[in-house]
Amino acid sequence: MAGNLEAPIGPLRPQSQDGAVESAAPRPAPNKEVELARRLIAGDESAFEPFVSAFQTKLFQYTYLTCGQREDAEEVAQETLLKVFENLAQLREPEKVRPWVFRIARNVCYMKRRKSIYAPEEEISLDQLMPSFKDDGGGRRIEIADWKGLPDTLAMKGELRDMLREAIGDLPDLYRNTLLLRDVEELSTEETAEVLGVSADVVKTRLHRARLMLRQRLDAQLLAGVRP
Amino acid sequence: MTKLECKEIFEKLSEYLDRQLPPDMCDQIDAHIGACPPCVQFVESLRKTMELCKDLKEEEKPAPLRHHALSNLRSAYQKFSRERNAEKGVLKNGSEA
Ligand SMILES: [Zn+2]
Repeated sequence: MAGNLEAPIGPLRPQSQDGAVESAAPRPAPNKEVELARRLIAGDESAFEPFVSAFQTKLFQYTYLTCGQREDAEEVAQETLLKVFENLAQLREPEKVRPWVFRIARNVCYMKRRKSIYAPEEEISLDQLMPSFKDDGGGRRIEIADWKGLPDTLAMKGELRDMLREAIGDLPDLYRNTLLLRDVEELSTEETAEVLGVSADVVKTRLHRARLMLRQRLDAQLLAGVRP
Repeated sequence: MTKLECKEIFEKLSEYLDRQLPPDMCDQIDAHIGACPPCVQFVESLRKTMELCKDLKEEEKPAPLRHHALSNLRSAYQKFSRERNAEKGVLKNGSEA
């Protein structure tokens, strides 16, 4: 099996023992929002405030990183919540409340957002996102920044946070949306597919490209000597 | 060295890191990565990118809703509630009639 190189991660087999493949990422089920939605629909007003606070933050994060402006994001989050309550009768399946709410947010964002610099019609080729290999006699190497110095968390790292936010903002819409829903908001592949109206396979393809683009951009910044 | 090339590994890395790949594919990738320094570096950079995205969520918090915004939302919800009750009432009366 593996040699003795320092491996940054352990084996990443799906965790079930019977060999079955887990179809979804092992994230905790979003029971809290579903439960709150059920209570709201049943007319339980005590669920109102917890529901608002659960979604206000999520919607703000999503729209902040989509629109790029704090004020716009707060406005979009509020407008989305208003549409949510105005259209609550249309939420027939409370278990789908997260994709339903994010779909509304996405539509509100589309009305407001600034145009992205470029929006590719076709998927970007993976080759453009791979590092280049070079062989300088000492074996094959890739051109890559030194990521070891980077912290795993953003706490107290203002510049790193700004760099990341800016890099996400520069992603083409198609990819940014997928990345925000999957990696920032941690929706499942299936929920994200529902928000975006595409298949789970398309979500996987776009997520991978989005992550690679983001990685590439951060790598370029690090190589250019920008030190967080 | 194994049969899988770095490029094939790169194509599958997101699914690998998300644990969405079948076990035999994971084993092949583990085996390759274990013997390939460029892949180790690349995987680490991608994994860190993902970690930082998750962390962004902790960093971005909105200002609390203004009283007036919150009461607008509450009115919208109460309207839904009233209409829903009215609808139920109609159904009930209908069945009693
Ligand atoms: Zn390799």
